[in-house]
Amino acid sequence: MKAKKCKELLGVFLKIGAFTFGGGYAMIPLIKREVAEGKKWLTEEEIFDIIAIAESTPGPLAINCATFVGGRVAGFAGALAATFGVVLPSFLVILAVSGILLRIEELAVVKSAFLGIRAGVLVLIGSALISLFGQTKKDVFSYGILLPAFLAAFVFHINTIFILIVCAAAGIVRSCLIKGKGGGK
Amino acid sequence: MIPLKLFWEFLKIGAFTFGGGYAMLPLIQEAVLQNGWLTETQLVDFVAVSESTPGPFAINISTYVGVRTAGIPGALAATLGVVLPSFFIILLLSGCYKKFQSNRLVRGAMGGLKPAVVALVASALLSVGENVFRFEDILQRENIVSAAILLIAGFLCYKKVHPIAIIGVSAAAGILSGAIGV
Repeated sequence: MKAKKCKELLGVFLKIGAFTFGGGYAMIPLIKREVAEGKKWLTEEEIFDIIAIAESTPGPLAINCATFVGGRVAGFAGALAATFGVVLPSFLVILAVSGILLRIEELAVVKSAFLGIRAGVLVLIGSALISLFGQTKKDVFSYGILLPAFLAAFVFHINTIFILIVCAAAGIVRSCLIKGKGGGK
Repeated sequence: MIPLKLFWEFLKIGAFTFGGGYAMLPLIQEAVLQNGWLTETQLVDFVAVSESTPGPFAINISTYVGVRTAGIPGALAATLGVVLPSFFIILLLSGCYKKFQSNRLVRGAMGGLKPAVVALVASALLSVGENVFRFEDILQRENIVSAAILLIAGFLCYKKVHPIAIIGVSAAAGILSGAIGV
């Protein structure tokens, strides 16, 4: 029974891996369709829980979601099957694409294509930035983190992981202080 | 030795990415520049390839940096590195995720991390932008072409055109400008 579920998980996540384009959020409609509507392994509500958790735990969203769904459906073996499934298409496609690009990247036409692409990518990163900013609370504390963190990274080139740890610690201290005052949430 | 270093760097990247794929960008940028694996312009090209090939962005870019830096062993090392922290953290939490979700400290930490990620991605965007546009000679041909494409892509993005289409249009515009020698 469990072996069968793992095989199905592998199949479903191979499909999800192969048909996701872009960031982890692009996977979510596919996961919903395959896992909730198709196989009925989890309810839609559980999927929302999983996304919320995947966002607040370390690790890229795509991998977190796959591991979580696999684990919920069939334990450790399920997590392994789903994660392997979501990674494998990426891995093979990139190996192939990289081999091709290595051969053609010196061609003038490819060079001018990438000159254009770079400007387009700036827009895509900018758009990701806007959506990240949209998900952030707009209060004094958030800006009090955002501006110093930006200066630390961009002007002073302080280690990224160090910045993340300090900001997480600041958030924890703040939540403890609010609790100490007996204030709201 | 490089695969080992790749594994370690991507293990750290996997452990400190919060959110979707682009949240990884500042971490990847720091790792590849400090180790001299890629230049900033190469990194932008890698972002384009990772965005327009099948598979989640996070896995694509890890595999790509890995394979270009140290071949198939490098690809394996980077991909395994980026996956492992997720895998074990999620497994540990999957039994008690309701508690984790409502935990005050976790919420507090996320309250600090979200604006930090915004700041880091903004910084990554600016430093990448500095390399796409060459500021020493601001009116050179490449800059003008890039600025024009930036405007077109920005408009398409505003109109909610799919990212792959935006990359396709940008590539076509680049080729066109090369062909007519603008």
